[in-house]
Amino acid sequence: MDQAMFARFRKCAVEVLSVSEDQVVPEAKFGDDLDADSLDLVELVMALEEEFGVEVPEEDLEGIETVGQAYDLVVGKL
Amino acid sequence: MGLLDGKNIVITGVLTDASLAFGVAQLAQNEGASVVLTGAGRALSLTERVARKLPRPVDVFELDVTVPEHLDNVRAALAEKWGRVDGVLHAIGFAPEACLGDDFMAPTWTDVSVALHISAYSLKALADAFAPLMTNGGSFVGLDFDNSVAWPAYNWMGVSKSALESISRYLAVALGARGIRSNLVAAGPVKTMAAKSIPGFKKFEDAWDDRAPLGWDVTDSSAVAKACVALLSDWFPATTGEIVHVDGGYHAVGA
Repeated sequence: MDQAMFARFRKCAVEVLSVSEDQVVPEAKFGDDLDADSLDLVELVMALEEEFGVEVPEEDLEGIETVGQAYDLVVGKL
Repeated sequence: MGLLDGKNIVITGVLTDASLAFGVAQLAQNEGASVVLTGAGRALSLTERVARKLPRPVDVFELDVTVPEHLDNVRAALAEKWGRVDGVLHAIGFAPEACLGDDFMAPTWTDVSVALHISAYSLKALADAFAPLMTNGGSFVGLDFDNSVAWPAYNWMGVSKSALESISRYLAVALGARGIRSNLVAAGPVKTMAAKSIPGFKKFEDAWDDRAPLGWDVTDSSAVAKACVALLSDWFPATTGEIVHVDGGYHAVGA
């Protein structure tokens, strides 16, 4: 995992989900660990789209449960 | 020449770029309208974010239809910004979880009253807020899901849609003398955030394309946007209290 890239990802997650930096680790689950619902996840992806200049269709979010999965999804679009 | 040149349109209910209301806002701008968006509570920050994907910049106002001060604030802001409002899109629905799903008998009146307040009475609340600014006639358009029959799992959201249908007809009566129309678009199922929260949505989805004479694409909201923009325009001047089906023709056939 590219640390600089992940730092940008983490900045977005901290901002949108109102969590602390050390909570945003690859194995963290959005629902259980970060208390994020489906709206939070959609908003996070919109923030990531702006940050990384990518487009992530909503249907790609199905089955995304962890920070690591979301990171891979977004970075995979670069 | 656009269909909505010179019109000032208020659009509620934009959550993501898949929202039906987003399609309406986008097309309204492309047809020449000035547009503002409104968002409520938790969803406001989403609305603000997705607003940046529209063709032209828009103002986003906080408007929770259950908060009278929000309605007053937005009316005051638009009185100053535009002086006149020509059209409003009602794309607002919410029901507590117990109101949808397997058990129609589960919710209490407390649950149901929330669903009815936000999903149905809100059309009247928007009329309270914006009809006074419709000094040159106007058009309310609401998003509906035809509830003339009972659907699996849709339960109290369906009941709320029936109430919305009735409220729209009574608004047509109440506002007609001022040249203000009220119509609904009964859309076929489209995959949006709102749809995702409906258990059993898949059942509607599968049935629709097979039965609808024109077929139906659950990922394409452009037909709904076109109908809403047409109803917001001057091209349905003698139509009010109407429910226009944009469903591929599904409602017209029995099997």
